[in-house]
Amino acid sequence: MKASRRDFIKISSLGMGGALVSGALFNFTKGSILSDTFQASDSFTRTPTYCEVCFWKCAGWVYKNDQGDIWKIIGNDDDPHCNGRFCPRGTGGVGMYYDEDRLKTPLIRREIGGKQVYEEATWEEALDHIALNLKKVIDKHGPECMALFTHGSGGKFFGDFLKALGSNNITAPSFAQCRGPREVAFLATFGEIISSPERIDIRDTRCLVLIGSHLGENMHNGQVQEMSDAIDKGASIITVDPRYSTAASKSNFWMPIKPATDMALLLAWMNVIINEGWYDKEYVEKYTYGFEQLKAHVQSFTPEWAYGITSLEPEQIRATAKEMADAAPAVIIHPGRHVTWYGDDTQRLRAVAILNALLGSWGRRGGYYNPEKIALPSWPHPPYPEPKRTWRDANPGKYNLAIEVVSNGVCDATIPSPDRDCNFKAWIVNGTNLITTLPDQKKTLEAIQNLEFMVVIDTMPMEITGYADVALPECTYLERYDYARNSEHREPNIALRMPATEPKYNTKPDWWIVKQLAKRMGVEDYFSWNDIEELLDWQFRQVGTSLEEMKRIGVKKFPRKYDDLYFHEGQDVYFNTNTGKIELYSTDLLAEGFDPMPVYTAHEEPPNGFYRLNYGRAPMHTFSRTSNNPLLHDLMDENNLWVNPRVGREWGLHNGQEVWLENQDGALSTFPVKVRLTERIRFDSVYMVHGFGHNNKQLTRTHGRGASDTEMITNVKTDPIMGGTGMRSNFVTFRVENPHKEEVTS
Amino acid sequence: MKEEIIVSGRMNPKIDPVLHVWGWEIPIYLFLGGLVAGILFFAAFMYLRGKEDAYAAAVKKAPLFTPIFLGLGLFALFLDLTHKPYFWRLYTTIKLESPMSWGAWTLMIVMPLALFWGFSYVREVYPQIDFRVSWLQKLESFFQSKRREMAWVLIFMSVILGIYTGILLSAFNARPLWNTSILGPLFLVSGLSAGAALIMMLSKDRAERKLFSQIDLALIGIELFLIIHMFMGFMASTEVQIEAAQLFLGGAYTLPFWILVVILGMALPAVLEIWELRGHHIPAYIPALLILFGSLCLRFIITYAGQASRYLY
Amino acid sequence: MRYAMAIDTKKCVGCSDCVVACQTENNVPVGYCRDWIVEVTDGTYPQLELEIRSERCNHCDNSPCVRCCPTGASHYDEGGIVLVDHDMCIGCAACIASCPYDARFTHPDGYVDKCTFCFHRVKKGQQPACVEVCPTKCMYFGDLDDPDSEVSVMLKKRKYKTLVPEAGTKPQVYYLI
Ligand SMILES: Nc1nc2c(c(=O)[nH]1)N[C@H]1C(S)=C(S)[C@@H](COP(=O)(O)OP(=O)(O)OC[C@H]3O[C@@H](n4cnc5c(=O)[nH]c(N)nc54)[C@H](O)[C@@H]3O)O[C@H]1N2
Ligand SMILES: Nc1nc2c(c(=O)[nH]1)N[C@H]1C(S)=C(S)[C@@H](COP(=O)(O)OP(=O)(O)OC[C@H]3O[C@@H](n4cnc5c(=O)[nH]c(N)nc54)[C@H](O)[C@@H]3O)O[C@H]1N2
Ligand code: SF4
Ligand code: SF4
Ligand code: SF4
Ligand code: SF4
Ligand code: SF4
Ligand SMILES: [Mo]
Repeated sequence: MKASRRDFIKISSLGMGGALVSGALFNFTKGSILSDTFQASDSFTRTPTYCEVCFWKCAGWVYKNDQGDIWKIIGNDDDPHCNGRFCPRGTGGVGMYYDEDRLKTPLIRREIGGKQVYEEATWEEALDHIALNLKKVIDKHGPECMALFTHGSGGKFFGDFLKALGSNNITAPSFAQCRGPREVAFLATFGEIISSPERIDIRDTRCLVLIGSHLGENMHNGQVQEMSDAIDKGASIITVDPRYSTAASKSNFWMPIKPATDMALLLAWMNVIINEGWYDKEYVEKYTYGFEQLKAHVQSFTPEWAYGITSLEPEQIRATAKEMADAAPAVIIHPGRHVTWYGDDTQRLRAVAILNALLGSWGRRGGYYNPEKIALPSWPHPPYPEPKRTWRDANPGKYNLAIEVVSNGVCDATIPSPDRDCNFKAWIVNGTNLITTLPDQKKTLEAIQNLEFMVVIDTMPMEITGYADVALPECTYLERYDYARNSEHREPNIALRMPATEPKYNTKPDWWIVKQLAKRMGVEDYFSWNDIEELLDWQFRQVGTSLEEMKRIGVKKFPRKYDDLYFHEGQDVYFNTNTGKIELYSTDLLAEGFDPMPVYTAHEEPPNGFYRLNYGRAPMHTFSRTSNNPLLHDLMDENNLWVNPRVGREWGLHNGQEVWLENQDGALSTFPVKVRLTERIRFDSVYMVHGFGHNNKQLTRTHGRGASDTEMITNVKTDPIMGGTGMRSNFVTFRVENPHKEEVTS
Repeated sequence: MKEEIIVSGRMNPKIDPVLHVWGWEIPIYLFLGGLVAGILFFAAFMYLRGKEDAYAAAVKKAPLFTPIFLGLGLFALFLDLTHKPYFWRLYTTIKLESPMSWGAWTLMIVMPLALFWGFSYVREVYPQIDFRVSWLQKLESFFQSKRREMAWVLIFMSVILGIYTGILLSAFNARPLWNTSILGPLFLVSGLSAGAALIMMLSKDRAERKLFSQIDLALIGIELFLIIHMFMGFMASTEVQIEAAQLFLGGAYTLPFWILVVILGMALPAVLEIWELRGHHIPAYIPALLILFGSLCLRFIITYAGQASRYLY
Repeated sequence: MRYAMAIDTKKCVGCSDCVVACQTENNVPVGYCRDWIVEVTDGTYPQLELEIRSERCNHCDNSPCVRCCPTGASHYDEGGIVLVDHDMCIGCAACIASCPYDARFTHPDGYVDKCTFCFHRVKKGQQPACVEVCPTKCMYFGDLDDPDSEVSVMLKKRKYKTLVPEAGTKPQVYYLI
């Protein structure tokens, strides 16, 4: 094997002796995370926080017990994201703090005797080392050759840092691996994006249509809560999912669609709704552009046509169209969230947007509301230098309609190629485990090998940290301040996160790290606050509150400035599109050379003996970040491979049997996964929960448990419109014998 | 296909995937309890029939072991407890609904009786023992004079003890396999048969050996009858009990049950004894040991298999 | 007073929040749980039904665990709540074997433990931790003797069932179906 620049290092290599591991650790094996003498009592202290276990950012209270140990986290009643109730992951967030596998001290990659190892370092050493190397890259290639990958709240400080240095290549997997296509599609249609939390009025809807949105397994809290409220109020739920999801089981209509054919269904629905005259005529007339073209466009897309493609009965397609129309405008065709599926995702989400427009649900109660947030001023700082290049220059002519930096675009542009005049040379990675997050691992690793310098800031020894030149241990969200959460909602509101306790081990918060780095890099002017309390208090005072008040209440709601949660009767509305109208026919897409109205294209089918790899969420886990969390690991310690019993019989598989996976490109899963025979999955697919199959031994609890879906995603269908990575065109087959054994012997 | 699974990963130790709270301690406890019940029953019975000298092994010798067996049984029970320092709580209440409770009290009564009974005979069996202190001698003659009273109590208590070893399990309606009224008589008979087997082993007297061999044969017949009855009961009962019986009819416990308990522990010794009664020479300890072994296995297998049978999932 | 719980299977999504919330609230050791989630799938693709249940001790009215406890450690407390007095429990496991729902376990400290209906909270007028956290608000807790309590109202309004009624335990956790 050729030695690479950046060998994967199993974090513990050097000097990670007993000193760090011993100490005040809680004994998980015996049981309690809290000390034995603990008794629930009233004499608690509580501090506000907002949750970092996913991006819904629910606000809550951290309670400590008599001994001053973190005890539990409970939702903040005033928080519109959670209404006083956390989801299982948020409730189990305590485990993130207590996880004894956490990153504990800064680590610097060194080469000793031809072997790359991590050396424990002081913060001084690590920060000096980073500053030195970043300066080197800047001097040699310019600041624009630096990119920041981030996901989560702490990354904002690093964003500021990067901008101060002169780069705006700040990217998150939440765009091109997640909700990018829907944002671009809704922007093209309504002139506005959906954003997060989704601006959908599930609470008051009469019909909720979920297309592959598996709410209930996808635990985005507010939506799950409101879906339950809607069920109480008798709303009808239509779920389109090839798998019998939890949501499907709660639905009035479950449409077991053949995977990859949703576009045909959407077009057929339009066909029925238009031809039956079930659309909102007044609304369409007043607000939309391109209805006649659309009408003509969908004529051939009858339910009978769609039946041949989707395997859904024409009667069911008609009945569900009627159901939606009867509920309109209080109907939501859900925009989805992780929608990077087949490469034509922006177009599919355009179809979703158009359907919503036809039924007049945008801007209506029970449909899509207009959220509002307050303007929380940033700390005054000198203007950021204007970058001479951006990520777009590195991907000329590509993804012009992307509204955020495309992570895979940055990754691509890190690998030198003859037609590219410049590549990325340094990455800062904060709070995203790129190895499991980006599809096509080989490419991600190749990009990393081509870097001159990589810093990873994480709380856990995740796979990505093993490739860093410097790995910095951030303290968990329970031990730190961050920027306040300022999200849009029905009512504007802000939420405070403050430390409930001192950081464990030798860990530090992002704001501190960035401030230290800024000093070393000569950009401290941009961070002229003394500490974060000063920064937050100043910000809060600009909007009529204070840090002191926020510590007491955790969440503050503000009255809306504008009375425009929904459109008023007959109101004139200007939409931020080229035509000022809701564009059923997209002028933007046309201008870029794309279909102005969605069309159906057939997608790849599984080869013989292969099954489409379907993946999704389990309610008790968030991606790869929670699988080592002691509390959540307890709930689900590995993923299973859902296999239809018919397929199981063909292959002679039994429940609980371990199989390895091999995909259409010959990629093998590192670890086996246990078969779960269940009728809930179609015979042409298999299903697994994303986020397992960790291969870093430092994750002692989760290492080798279950298999990684990412390893099986090598066929990436990039969305030409915005660069999203379609990940659902991968097919796997079973290997009942360990394929890695053969490798070793041969 | 019906799929019923626990998705939150409940894996409570000793509860999942099937109940296994009781390990070797409880079957040992039950076995020894049954054995003691058997021995004491025959001792008291033979005594009351005036066969004290004819059946010396039954009346005098075997009972000497019972306090030791009881002690061992209680110790096994004690080992099974997970909150040992609170052991004494057993004797701060009497809960008649709780077999565990009245079992504990039964042992509390049987234990001294067994001691006194043995004490009253120990010098007959081991004449070399000499009670030097006078109060011991006084005590001895006191118990010797009370043998009749003790025998009556013992006959009664030993039956209770024997049944208790079965009821302890059959009281658990939650475990379909235990949930049969036949377990009480079955364990009682099995205990008697074990007792008889031990007596047979200890006896030096041909007539006594023969009698107990015949008794054993009859008891084995009853046991087999009870076992068949038990299965018929299961098969005519609810789905969960049918499923529970399947543990022995093709399921995980089929081989151990039929081979160890029924064939090795009952059928084979029965055949050997018939053989012997017909005049062939078989050393007495062979069928006796087989019966003891079978009786022990029965406890083990019923205890374990019962825990594997359940209502849900 | 008769405390009871009603859980709406039509709304429960099986997220297990009730399980973690119980764990943190009651300091249930890692590796143990007082409540758990069961999913029952019935049928053949695509004719399927799924029932999801959050299960725990049923605080049975006629509970074998109380009956079989030799020391009286397992007892009925206020409002029929079945509790284990740790200092009276000898750890004989009889109650564990007696429970048709496998709702009990041996705490690593030796005594037997299970759901308490969060008696420590209920006493103070609070809801059990699992009920309070449930994101779908599908759990109802209260006094069956009070006709206006949420549980009473739900049981009047909806069809319901209990688990293994044939065991004769008279469970007080009801599943709305
Ligand atoms: N194969 C596959 N790939 C996917 C998806 C999929 O379903 N399957 N889903 C896609 C979607 S929708 C998304 S949004 C992305 C999500 O992608 P990511 O956000 O990368 O998801 P995680 O794997 O959870 O990685 C989060 C990382 O942040 C670290 N972390 C957690 N808390 C903190 C903190 O407080 N500070 C710091 N510094 N680090 C922290 C964790 O330890 C972990 O390494 O993945 C995408 N990629
Ligand atoms: N518990 C939990 N909740 C989460 C997260 C988490 O990590 N854990 N992550 C959050 C984030 S960032 C995101 S983006 C969301 C993602 O959550 P969603 O947007 O709801 O989920 P997806 O991963 O897009 O879709 C998964 C569902 O799509 C179905 N599906 C697969 N192929 C097809 C198809 O061809 N057509 C149709 N109609 N359906 C199909 C699958 O069977 C599965 O039920 O979840 C959020 N919520
Ligand atoms: S939805 Fe759950 S994990 Fe996400 S922020 Fe809210 S409580 Fe935390
Ligand atoms: S918290 Fe509520 S929705 Fe979630 S599993 Fe428990 S009962 Fe069901
Ligand atoms: S559910 Fe089990 S532990 Fe709870 S009261 Fe009923 S029998 Fe006892
Ligand atoms: S284990 Fe404890 S609570 Fe259970 S029956 Fe025995 S003494 Fe009673
Ligand atoms: S009522 Fe309390 S003890 Fe019982 S399961 Fe719920 S949280 Fe746990
Ligand atoms: Mo996402």
